[in-house]
Amino acid sequence: MQLTNRAKKLEKKPMTLAERAYLPAIFQGLSITMRHFFMKKATVRYPEEVRPFAPIFRGLHVLKRDEQGRERCTACGLCAVACPAEAITMVAGERKKGEEGLYREEKYAISYEINMLRCIFCGLCEEACPKAAVYLQPDKIAPPRYERDEFIYGKDRLVEPVSPDARSVRGIQLTADQADTLRARLA
Amino acid sequence: MLELPALGWQSIVIFVVFALSLLIATYCTYAERVIAAFLQDRVGPDRAGPYGLLQPLADAVKMFTKEEFFPGGANKALFIFGPCLAMITALMSSAVIPFGNNMSFGNNAFFLQGIEVNIGMLWVFGVVSLGVYGVMIGGWASNNKFSLLGAIRAASQNISYELAMGMALIAVLMMSGTLSLREITLQQSAPGEWAMWNIVRQPLGFIIFLVCAFAETNRTPFDLPECETELVGGYHTEYSSMKLGLYLFAEYINIFVASAVMSVLYFGGFNFPFQYELRDWFVNSQSWELASAQNLITLLGTVGLFLKIFAFIFFFMWIRWTLPRFRYDQLMRLGWTILIPLAVFNILLTGGLILAGVIQ
Amino acid sequence: MSPLFLFLSFVALLSALGVVFAKNPVHSVLFLILTFFSLSGHYLLLNAQFLAAVNIIVYAGAIMVLFLFVIMFLNLNVDTEPHKPALAKIAAAVAGGSLLLILVAALKDVHPVGVTGTAFNSQIGMVDQLGLKLYTDFLLPFELASVLFLVAMVGAVMLGKREVGERNF
Repeated sequence: MQLTNRAKKLEKKPMTLAERAYLPAIFQGLSITMRHFFMKKATVRYPEEVRPFAPIFRGLHVLKRDEQGRERCTACGLCAVACPAEAITMVAGERKKGEEGLYREEKYAISYEINMLRCIFCGLCEEACPKAAVYLQPDKIAPPRYERDEFIYGKDRLVEPVSPDARSVRGIQLTADQADTLRARLA
Repeated sequence: MLELPALGWQSIVIFVVFALSLLIATYCTYAERVIAAFLQDRVGPDRAGPYGLLQPLADAVKMFTKEEFFPGGANKALFIFGPCLAMITALMSSAVIPFGNNMSFGNNAFFLQGIEVNIGMLWVFGVVSLGVYGVMIGGWASNNKFSLLGAIRAASQNISYELAMGMALIAVLMMSGTLSLREITLQQSAPGEWAMWNIVRQPLGFIIFLVCAFAETNRTPFDLPECETELVGGYHTEYSSMKLGLYLFAEYINIFVASAVMSVLYFGGFNFPFQYELRDWFVNSQSWELASAQNLITLLGTVGLFLKIFAFIFFFMWIRWTLPRFRYDQLMRLGWTILIPLAVFNILLTGGLILAGVIQ
Repeated sequence: MSPLFLFLSFVALLSALGVVFAKNPVHSVLFLILTFFSLSGHYLLLNAQFLAAVNIIVYAGAIMVLFLFVIMFLNLNVDTEPHKPALAKIAAAVAGGSLLLILVAALKDVHPVGVTGTAFNSQIGMVDQLGLKLYTDFLLPFELASVLFLVAMVGAVMLGKREVGERNF
């Protein structure tokens, strides 16, 4: 039964002497591998060399602060609603008197957790956020960990540090460039 | 200058040959990984030391610190004896290979060769034919069916290819008229004429010998005894720790020896083009003594021989990452119905040419 | 008698006894290989290097590999061994014993003739001397034997050839 006209008719011819002698085919193969010997390597020496990230790369999340160092997040929950993987949970709380330097809005997130095992890094939370609080960093991938619970990132690891050099033990590690830009912005 | 008797010099040479075989085998593991990586567009091991040069050391430490495992029901004595035998036979064969011409210091003259015997080629051949025992005993003593299958494959493969190898060799011996590897090497050079390497006169024999060398050293495409897609690990399935290390090491030493034998038999050994012209130039134009010029030529020849050996080792690895493994029946058919008749034909051809006076 | 000769003879006898007395057939084969090695050592002491090397290549390297090959396949164990009747054992002991007796009786008075220390040609075992002898005095038997081997080899190749229409895969 003929389904398409694209089927290629193969004719099984007896092998020629050159084909049966193996040697020409072996030399052909050897020349191919030798060509690859001198080709540019497809891999890099990873920790020393890193590949450039794509300009649209979406990596590990960060909760931004505003120009005065206050948390922008108001715990509206739009990011959690937008999240297709249901990776974001938060608990909202009311800002107390005297905490105006810490939180920009009257309502803030007491806890804000992203499960990096669920997250698909689609960036919909970033698009949904009305306060421009959550960002997916363009140059930071979620690092591997040994335990499952270490993948649940709380506020200690998500919120941008107040001073560029202060880093929590398991918190966001700013790169030197990021620290410099943050320092410039705070100054 | 040290005053050593000739035997003393010779024992130093033996020690150096022994150490060199081990060193080259060590760095073969590194070369294998780097060449594999380069042929596959990767960068290869580069963590241990500059360019990963300490990688063999790291591998050795890993091998030594691994658990010594004895499978249940294994014959313990033979299980240990197997890898030892593989290593011993591999190391023994480099004893008769002429790594260089003679050196002389004053009255002391010695060969850059472990021992010079008049049956050198037979010695190599005999020791190589014993190499299969290490594989067979280890495979049988493991009490594992995959190991046993690997051992049996190794045995039948080695016996089959030894035949064709020996007959390819006979053609060379017919021309040389001697079994001494040193004599064979010296015959491949003459003043003023340098295209005298046996490869010119024995191209067919060389190809047969090359294929058989691959089979004898259990290298791809003939690595059926350790074929991991069918036999888990082949004869060394149950081996771990340094006993496995000895098997792997023995394989690389075998490659080194096979490369050396091929260089000596077919590629002129320690001869290199224009060596006599170079020596005469040193003597006539630079007014050197004949002995010291000869010593220099000898050293250059040794370097040349090692370059040939390294080229062959590279070829072994190049082939490994190019060709897929043969099927077992294809392997046997190639050995018995193609290589052996070809080798017989080569003997007849050589005999005819010698009778006709084309080659002496 | 040199100490080397004594040592080699000791090893040869001990491993030959091991061949007979070893319970495990694989051990027997390994002892037999050791016996061949010590015999090759004796050849070397006799300045017959070619014979020594060929003995190792042919017997230790090829024939014993086949022995080992077959024994590994058969998986011989003590419990798979068939029980032999007592009569057979007695008969075997008597036959073997009388063979030993005859050998000892025949060899005990032998004096090697024609070989004296001074007139002995030390080069007699060298490969070129051996070749000359084979190709002059013993040409016919040598050529007949090689024709026999050639026929055997051609037979092996013919057995291996794929027959018409046979297609394994």
